[in-house]
Amino acid sequence: MPHIPLPGHLPGITGLLEYSQESAQPIRVLTQLLLRGPSTLTPGERELIATIVSHQNECRFCTAAHTAAADLLLGDTETCHIMKQDIDAAPVSHKMKALLKIAGLVQVSGKAVTSESIAEAKHHGATDLEIHDTVLIAALFCLYNRYVDGMATVAPTDPDFYKGLGERLVSNGYNRLPNGYDHLK
Amino acid sequence: MAHISLPDETLPGIVGLFSFRPETAVPLQLLAETLLRGESPLTSGERELIAAYVSHLNDCHFCHTSHASAAMAHLKCDLSLIDDIKHGFQEIALSPKLHALLGIAAKVQKSGRQVTEEDVAAARTHGADDRTIHDTVLIAAAFCMFNRYVDGLGTWAPLDNEAYREMGQRMAFTGYVRNVDETAI
Repeated sequence: MPHIPLPGHLPGITGLLEYSQESAQPIRVLTQLLLRGPSTLTPGERELIATIVSHQNECRFCTAAHTAAADLLLGDTETCHIMKQDIDAAPVSHKMKALLKIAGLVQVSGKAVTSESIAEAKHHGATDLEIHDTVLIAALFCLYNRYVDGMATVAPTDPDFYKGLGERLVSNGYNRLPNGYDHLK
Repeated sequence: MAHISLPDETLPGIVGLFSFRPETAVPLQLLAETLLRGESPLTSGERELIAAYVSHLNDCHFCHTSHASAAMAHLKCDLSLIDDIKHGFQEIALSPKLHALLGIAAKVQKSGRQVTEEDVAAARTHGADDRTIHDTVLIAAAFCMFNRYVDGLGTWAPLDNEAYREMGQRMAFTGYVRNVDETAI
């Protein structure tokens, strides 16, 4: 049960973003910009960064939601599945592997990111902007994961819930739905 | 030197990163403004102490010292008390409520999953309401993002507390939303 009363039809982060809409607004804008805005990384690649960080933080809700979004955007379920076991074995570019490893280090601590891990990403063609966005996406999910679990929000066990949420993240992105979420009641 | 080429290497911490990517600076600054200076049952001084404490636990010198300086400005305390935050609040007088909330923030810094019903119940017995608990968890989570952003990209930070005096006063009394072209801190 969540630590504060939250709407029952909005589990995980969704209820928190409705509970506190004023703080939700800049979080939504930042997420939309980083995960869906103009970038040389595809939305699918950026969802992989969100997924690996949420997975390492053991945040069930965020991991399942962003895995669902990444699966849809990449058109397969293997990439996320393999990445969670072993980044090097995932069917992604060398650049992406290096960026996912940087994200993994950010999950541990900002201080854990080494010059070597950055040099590896640059060696495989990562630009400064890609490195910047990777670090900020990873850091942002350290916020989300702690917010979601620190408030003890509900993580549904039904896989269909995340399929639906993944579809919403692909079709609508991270902006608040113009008419709110009453239709989900 | 930072891990990426910043437009002005003389700008420390997050300020240098704001100048690198003004698009993400806008929601990041608005989030800080909302969390630390917006409406809340907690005073800005209390919220800055939470931010400074979590940043200390994350070993982020720039965020720790700048937010500690902002806390001292709000609380009208001498800058020398900044170090007391690192020493576990031996001198700064904390209410039992704030003491309990700092305990929750410290749990969030480790992982959202560490926050227990007992932690929340203890804060409630000292007068923390739903909104107080929410704001504490979100501020702690947000600084797990800001700290990783600042250190994950290898930014530099002035060492001495004194170098943060004016910065803290500006953060406390002018706020966080400012023209990103106005890069002087």
